[in-house]
Amino acid sequence: MSATAAALSATGIERSASHTAEIYLKEAKYEFLKNLRLRVYTASVISFPLMFYVLFGLVLNSKETIGATNVPTYLIATYGTFGVMGASLFGTASGLAADRGLGWLQVKRASPMPPFAYFAAKVILSMIFSAIVVSLLLVLGISFGGVRLPFAQMVTLLGTLVAGSLPFSAMGLAIGYFAGPNSAPAVINMFYLPLSFCSGLWVPYMFLPKLVRQIALALPPYHLSQLALGVVGAGRHESAATHWELLFAFTLICLGVARIGFQRDQGKLYG
Amino acid sequence: MIATTEYSQSELQANAGTVVASLEAVSKNYEKVRALRNVNFSVRAGEVVALLGPNGAGKTTAVKLLLGLIQPNSGKARVFSGDPTNPQNRLRTGAMLQVGRVPETLRVREHIDLFSSYYTNPLPLEDVLAAAGLEKLRDRKFGDLSGGQRQRTLFALAICGNPDLLFLDEPTVGLDVEARRTLWEEIRRLVDCGKTVLLTTHYLEEADALADRIAVINQGEIIAEGTPAEIKAQTSGKRIRCITSLRPASILQIPGVNDVRQDREAVEIQAREAEPVVRALLARDASLSGLEITSAGLEEAFLALTQDNGQKVNRKN
Repeated sequence: MSATAAALSATGIERSASHTAEIYLKEAKYEFLKNLRLRVYTASVISFPLMFYVLFGLVLNSKETIGATNVPTYLIATYGTFGVMGASLFGTASGLAADRGLGWLQVKRASPMPPFAYFAAKVILSMIFSAIVVSLLLVLGISFGGVRLPFAQMVTLLGTLVAGSLPFSAMGLAIGYFAGPNSAPAVINMFYLPLSFCSGLWVPYMFLPKLVRQIALALPPYHLSQLALGVVGAGRHESAATHWELLFAFTLICLGVARIGFQRDQGKLYG
Repeated sequence: MIATTEYSQSELQANAGTVVASLEAVSKNYEKVRALRNVNFSVRAGEVVALLGPNGAGKTTAVKLLLGLIQPNSGKARVFSGDPTNPQNRLRTGAMLQVGRVPETLRVREHIDLFSSYYTNPLPLEDVLAAAGLEKLRDRKFGDLSGGQRQRTLFALAICGNPDLLFLDEPTVGLDVEARRTLWEEIRRLVDCGKTVLLTTHYLEEADALADRIAVINQGEIIAEGTPAEIKAQTSGKRIRCITSLRPASILQIPGVNDVRQDREAVEIQAREAEPVVRALLARDASLSGLEITSAGLEEAFLALTQDNGQKVNRKN
């Protein structure tokens, strides 16, 4: 066999590590640009939490307190959680469901794209938009709500909530693998809205009915919001470690479900 | 070590004949539907092979198996002598698939930039845009493109990595005549550079225009294989049109008649050879009028071939 015949059949082409890193960065960059230009995504993910915050935290109730914390500060933590959850769910699930159902993901899979880069890009997108939402809430709270937090606390709050986007990105991947391209937004909201309410993200936890308060203890958004509230001194004095552990377990379960979807995926159409 | 994909003419000739992609005794079912039945099919280096068949014949399934997107129920798919799911193989292949949705807010050059980044030795952006006729559309968002421009962009994504082996699944479906011809020219230019191409289509004319070899597939089986001339010879015939008092049922009895169709006041008869049939018609109906004899359209001839096979397959089952 001649050298070139060997070259035609051998698989000696490798990508260097730096090339692979470059691919991940590009994939994330274009995922971000793609969604940024999608007004539907940007508007709903960013403006809904902000609108609710302005209405319930700045226009109404801004002089009230919940426990020892003033309302504008308290609501940054809860609407921040709400916003992070929305950014992550919509950032991963709807794009994934549409890409799968309509054949785009197949084109990407047929290409040399490292499959993990696709998912990493969506997770990074969710984290970036989560950071944007939380930062804007802080800006609004400080500018108009009299929110006064030490810089270190603001950084910790931002970091906590952005880290908290990971469990919901995992959840979004799980949903995205089982929802159809047209029904995905509805399926997402079926989870998103009840979970948000029952976790005390709209009506603060202590004002929820007793039964709902008990249900909340099992819900991931409750745990993330408690972590965020803990940062601003409004938590229920529960162990932060427990909250993180539960979120971590939830993430693993979601990734497991997503993996099942990944493996059985042969292109689901419509639905 | 990065292998170059530029081969000299002599190297290409030395390698012609090497099988770069194959399906060996492959069967694939989707629940109750048998998409491919024990198919043997191969593509050699430097050739353009067209997989020609009607919708639902199994063409896209064959391409997806060779791209490693799905697994066969039995048999083996091989690309570059290895498993199609091997990521190394994907560095040397490019694919143009039928898609319902492409991210619409990214610009043409951004799509190409991203796909090019996956490969080790991609073509320069300008060359890709030129090859796909997209130079003026580089900054246009995908959602603002017309149907033909979208197809050309998908084509650009298939070629941007300078692959050795190109899969084109129904590349001109939905395009108007001019856009189709333009894409054909672009494909021919690539083939002249020595690339290997597997093309699927349901247009015999397209297979005829582009392919060195055609494999006709229907209902999951390859029913004919050969050069375009050989395939056309198997399927071409004559179309006889006339106004006659004979009933279609009795015309079908005439030896050599493949099909009879009523077209308003006339009948259209498909036959291998015109003369014996015309003699028989005139003998049975002296008042026959409006006689026209033309070569059977390529499309109808192809239909006859696949319908014949369809009946055979149904009888077998």
